[in-house]
Amino acid sequence: MSKESVERWLGALALPLIGAGVVLLMWAAASATFAENLPSPVKTWEVSRLYVLEPFEKRGELDQGILRFTWYSLQRVTQGYVIAILIGAPVGFLLGMSKLFRGSFDPIIQILRPVSPLAWLPLGLVLFQKPEPAGIFTIALCSMWPTVLNTALGVRAVPQDYLNVARVLRLSRQKTLFKILLPAALPYMFTGFRLSLGIAWLVIVAAEMLTGAPGVGGFLWQEYNALIYEHIILCILTIGLVGFGLDRLMGLAEKRFRTA
Amino acid sequence: MAILALHDVSKSYGSTHVLSQISLSVEAGEVVVIVGFSGAGKSTLISLLAGLDQPDSGRVSFRGKPVRAPGPERGVVFQNYSLLPWLTAFENVELAVEQVFSHWPKAKRLAQTERFIGMVGLEHARDRKPAQLSGGMRQRVALARALAADPEVLLMDEPLSALDALTRATLQDGLERIARTSGKTIVLVTNDVDEAILLADRIIPLSAGPAATLGPEFLISIPRPRERRALNHSPEFRRVRTQVVDYLLSTKRAPSAERAPLAAALSAITLEPST
Repeated sequence: MSKESVERWLGALALPLIGAGVVLLMWAAASATFAENLPSPVKTWEVSRLYVLEPFEKRGELDQGILRFTWYSLQRVTQGYVIAILIGAPVGFLLGMSKLFRGSFDPIIQILRPVSPLAWLPLGLVLFQKPEPAGIFTIALCSMWPTVLNTALGVRAVPQDYLNVARVLRLSRQKTLFKILLPAALPYMFTGFRLSLGIAWLVIVAAEMLTGAPGVGGFLWQEYNALIYEHIILCILTIGLVGFGLDRLMGLAEKRFRTA
Repeated sequence: MAILALHDVSKSYGSTHVLSQISLSVEAGEVVVIVGFSGAGKSTLISLLAGLDQPDSGRVSFRGKPVRAPGPERGVVFQNYSLLPWLTAFENVELAVEQVFSHWPKAKRLAQTERFIGMVGLEHARDRKPAQLSGGMRQRVALARALAADPEVLLMDEPLSALDALTRATLQDGLERIARTSGKTIVLVTNDVDEAILLADRIIPLSAGPAATLGPEFLISIPRPRERRALNHSPEFRRVRTQVVDYLLSTKRAPSAERAPLAAALSAITLEPST
């Protein structure tokens, strides 16, 4: 093997494995010493086995394989996320294009943006009276902001040169939007979409915990109440892996749409 | 009647007075080249003629009517090409053709696009994105885009200044051919005096900024087609070159004591015959 390929192999696989190993050791050490209630890695695996090895099994409403739970969560996230993008992108365009709109709505957006999902969820419950739409409402609302702000940024960053081309050719507003602004802003928008998806996935856990809906977050909270702490760790790892996977997927899409 | 005219036009950006009381009258079919230092306000001048910008005072008129906005009858070739990076060379030209000749049948529009891509010799690169083209090729696409829209006036903002010397010379010859054969009215700004003489019917120097203003015009009567190598030996070429350069240098602020030797050295170099 050449030196470069050894280095590449080290960077891609060996180093992350070493890092994971170190964390695993610290976890084992912690559970063996001061953290009595923290299940050890081995115990976690033993108790979680069934859920991992039969990932799509449905034994009861709140006793299902981990991937089945994940699937429920993903469906919920998708609904909220799609709503977030469908509202967020046009709002971002308006913010980027219209001074009037920006002046009117930018301040309120800046104020609503940092509000935690835990604060929105009760409001959603009040509004919709049912946990399912309340959860989707919360996901949509919380994950919308990166799409809004990045789209606005992208529209404002469209080089004046491109706009001059549109002006010299006298492109209509609609044509300028679809032929110039949209493609020019697309890379920024995808960054927004990617960040939004990350937040949507972050929010799902909070939403499911509070509403008790079946999903990874709901399962996590239920197992906490049932004192099966091993499953909390299983859920955390699952959430992390799925989030990582989603981010990578969006990263690929982002790269594909990068124009210049 | 002049096809394009500036009457007593001034323009400032913030506290910077860029152009001061500029008057210019361009006749249909002539090639006017504005020569000036970098940063003298040449791009501003083109923006005003194109209608991309409005003067603070004075008037810009096209065929006697005031210019308030850009339009395809005044095609612009931008300094940095301004090609849309998500479209291929062909699509960039097609966008202009589609817009300007929207009443044409599709086949005719495609033929028009083909023709101008061919005219700048880019058939082989028609499906490439701007990022995959060299600087010279990009500028040729930009030129094809402007010409394919069949403008009455072609405004060119230092179209070749970003290119290396060889590519630049090749494209200058291409522009010379276009100026000679298309019959289009052309206003070109450049910082290259040789380029100006190669292309122009009339050269008008723009004095060094701030508050730049147009100097005396120089009519170039060297017969076309003008051949670069022959030009170097032409007495008229040398005479005009010296006069234009002298004028431009004379408009520079009086050099301070320590800068004087440098300015003198520079003018000596510039005036050295290039043979």
